[in-house]
Amino acid sequence: MQNKQTIKDNEDLRYYAKVHSLETFGAVDGPGIRFILFLQGCHLQCKYCHNRDTWDMNGGSYKSLDDIFDMIMKYKNYITPNGGVTVSGGEPLLQVKFLIELFTKLKKKKIHTCIDTSGMVAITDDIKHLLSLTDLVLLDIKHIDSKKCKDLVGFDNKLELEFAKYLSDNNIPIWIRQVLVPGYTDDQNDLLKLKEFISSLNTVQKVEILPYHSIGKYKWTNLGFEYALDGVRDANNEDVQKAKKVLGIP
Amino acid sequence: MKFEAWNQFEEGDWQSEINVRDFIQRNYTPYEGDSKFLAGPTAKTKKLWDEVLELYKKEKESKGSVLDIDTKTISSVNSHEAGYIDKDLEEIVGLQTDAPLKRAIMPFGGIRIVEKACQAYDRKVDDEVEEIFHKYRKTHNDGVFSVYTPDIRAARSSHLITGLPDGYGRGRIIGDYRRVALYGVDILIEEKKKDLEILDDDCMTEEVIREREEISEQIKALNDLKAMALKYGFDISKPASNSKEAVQWLYFGYLGAVKSQDGAAMSLGRTSTFLDIYFERDLENGTITEEEVQEIMDHFVMKLRLVRFLRTPEYNELFSGDPVWVTESIGGMGIDGRTLVTKNSFRILHTLENLGPAPEPNLTVLWSVNLPEGFKRYTTDLSIKTSSIQYESDDLMRITLGDDYGIACCVSPMKIGKQMQFFGARANLAKTLLYAINGGRDELSGKQVTPKFAPITSEYLDYDEVMDKFKQMMDYVAKIYIKALNAIHYMHDKYCYESIEMALHDKDILRTMACGIAGLSVVADSLSAIKYAKVKVIRDETGLATDYEIEGDFPKFGNDDDRVDSIAVDIVKTFMNKLRRYPTYRNSKHTLSILTITSNVVYGKATGNTPDGRRMGAPFGPGANPLHGRDTNGALAVMNSIAKLPFESAEDGISYTFSITPKTLGKDEETRVTNLVNMLDGYFKQTGHHINVNVFDRSLLEDAMEHPEKYPQLTIRVSGYAVNFTKLTREQQLDVINRTIHERI
Repeated sequence: MQNKQTIKDNEDLRYYAKVHSLETFGAVDGPGIRFILFLQGCHLQCKYCHNRDTWDMNGGSYKSLDDIFDMIMKYKNYITPNGGVTVSGGEPLLQVKFLIELFTKLKKKKIHTCIDTSGMVAITDDIKHLLSLTDLVLLDIKHIDSKKCKDLVGFDNKLELEFAKYLSDNNIPIWIRQVLVPGYTDDQNDLLKLKEFISSLNTVQKVEILPYHSIGKYKWTNLGFEYALDGVRDANNEDVQKAKKVLGIP
Repeated sequence: MKFEAWNQFEEGDWQSEINVRDFIQRNYTPYEGDSKFLAGPTAKTKKLWDEVLELYKKEKESKGSVLDIDTKTISSVNSHEAGYIDKDLEEIVGLQTDAPLKRAIMPFGGIRIVEKACQAYDRKVDDEVEEIFHKYRKTHNDGVFSVYTPDIRAARSSHLITGLPDGYGRGRIIGDYRRVALYGVDILIEEKKKDLEILDDDCMTEEVIREREEISEQIKALNDLKAMALKYGFDISKPASNSKEAVQWLYFGYLGAVKSQDGAAMSLGRTSTFLDIYFERDLENGTITEEEVQEIMDHFVMKLRLVRFLRTPEYNELFSGDPVWVTESIGGMGIDGRTLVTKNSFRILHTLENLGPAPEPNLTVLWSVNLPEGFKRYTTDLSIKTSSIQYESDDLMRITLGDDYGIACCVSPMKIGKQMQFFGARANLAKTLLYAINGGRDELSGKQVTPKFAPITSEYLDYDEVMDKFKQMMDYVAKIYIKALNAIHYMHDKYCYESIEMALHDKDILRTMACGIAGLSVVADSLSAIKYAKVKVIRDETGLATDYEIEGDFPKFGNDDDRVDSIAVDIVKTFMNKLRRYPTYRNSKHTLSILTITSNVVYGKATGNTPDGRRMGAPFGPGANPLHGRDTNGALAVMNSIAKLPFESAEDGISYTFSITPKTLGKDEETRVTNLVNMLDGYFKQTGHHINVNVFDRSLLEDAMEHPEKYPQLTIRVSGYAVNFTKLTREQQLDVINRTIHERI
């Protein structure tokens, strides 16, 4: 794939993406076998982030739409039966113009499209356009309590809850994801509030609990950052079962 | 011909000629359902298997994991008295010697190897046997070394060409053991006599003489086979009349082979669907129940798990874990579009559940995208649970081999009863590249191994210059390699002929000269580094290139990047074409495999620093695998890279060993199965040839290294076979653990 160091103008944003990495065999981010494109850049500062290296807007490398599309099509034999493409990050919605072009091409080939996002963006016309091409959104609810949310990821949760509502109102399937961080997101009352919020949505197909782990800590250290959750233990199976019970999911 | 034993079978050509395929096609019942019909182990099976486990334990505790050796009896089809595990419990009988796990001596391949092996396990070969083979009887090994030329010896001792079957049996010949069951031995003898008549010609040429002698040997072996079966109380001169007999007759055929030959791979063929015809007839007649059918298959497989050969510790380093390669090819599609999957395809796989996982038999599923869904899901589910199954593309092989071929050893397809191969181990291509740079001097010893070529003297390597010299060196290696193989197989035919296996072949067969290569990904990455980065040569005071410094990044094999993958493809084609230039013994057809078995460790050990940055002594990737840790785009990128390697230029097989953690494969069992099915469909649609599937966590293997006693049956797939993890050397265990295990955090 050809890399590009800089892009010229706004037009280029449609035809180039800033890519962190890719994973040709993804089986846990959406249904079936998925080609996963990790885009570079994120505006949140989640303390538990296990991909700290995807934050920097200046990192990664530009890759062209055609190259990315051609690359994906090399895997059509694996992803067409019941999988597809998942765009993750970073925050993929920061590169919405590119994703509109990519998903348009993918939909022409009848490939299932999915976005793994925090939903922490304003619902612009571009976002609306993109979501009309999106088959599934993996929505990572950062925290149902707005204040705690701000403390944990740097932003309150207003935008993401609105985003969720928009998906629901526009009949776009959602898989809700909640990272379970002991002492941060596992408060029973918060989980009950989350449950209530989820039940207000019409298109939630699945709720997934992602147990927090500290495996990504080395990425913070390597980049010279202090790891904010030092001393916080990994969530274990027991934590997950407890949370699932509160949320009323299998 | 007509026999009562053939009642209810649909008539056809198979009755007037030896034609097992015709019998199968006319009589088998494709099965498109799921695994619900399967039966668990019977009480008898459980008891017998417990006794076998007890024997395993004793074997493991013995020196070198060799329980016992019969050091006196020269093993042959009918050499030993009948042996049993527990006579009253055994549905299927027959052992290689008079006791289970007691190993036999087979000195026709080479007496010194036998002596060395016995010594290693604190035994001594019987004096009389030693006298015979030192004084009076020449062996295969003696024969080969009496004709080897200095250039062959040099290439061999410098590990340029490695693992040659000049001191051990060549194997990789599959007798059509089904013929014993379908026809009985007498008809087979009659047919062989007819072949002799055909060879009763005006001209007694060398060729005619050889063939007449071989067929006479075959007839003798068939008579021996009858006598051996009689010791167990069975008359196998006539066709098997029911399913239990069919399994027993077939097994006697196989047993004859493993009593007379200790070839590197003694594969079984494609037997389960054939046997299904007999089971279906008995089930229909109400003379047997599903439980009893499974019991017979379980007991049959138990016997296959007991096959042992006497090996030296050096051999174990090359092919570790005591493998026999009792490869059974399962499933696939017929050329008429019907699936060859039957209920018995499920039953033989089900032994992994009834008896627990095990490396043998080497269960090989011939995969087609058109296989019935129920079968696809059952095999993949078992893969996830046991890591004991390998998959090979029936869609790819059926094109040239039809629908009655089987896999010998790991990845070598051959038409059953119509084709055999001259096994040729492999050439070390990574070393060949280093020799090209050093003008034929060994990078470790500094010795001039090949005739003097002009070495590369520039400070930085130039791609075109390196390629030019590499091609010259490949040409030289191809020449020496074929010379060596011709000598080996001439002598093997002469002194260690596989008479019972060949008795179960047609008169006119296709012979292939099965060459192989090791270190493909190292070579591809090295050339890629030279082409896309800058590679500086570090030389010692004698001008010998001993190390390389790489400036810049370069594409690496295993990432679905055409820039380097095309180099790998080109090397395979080029080397294959080089081999084709040199005439072969018995006009055999040149073929090539990309397979290392576990020898990627040993070959790597013998190879210096390479221009891709691999350090001296570090293992190669097994088979066609990328080098450990070089693949960064995930599993499917690796598969696509490997699938690009041309089967047409590597017809003897392209091996890929794949490992993944359960969690990475999917969140729940159901999803994992679906994902694995789609992954295999995708890989084979990309024209991949072979894949070993391992599903486990690294931590499990690490624990098994420290506490082997907790994992007596832990089985994993390595290049082309399965192995009991705890039987690997520590070095090989580490190699497996350090390999890429696809994992997402």
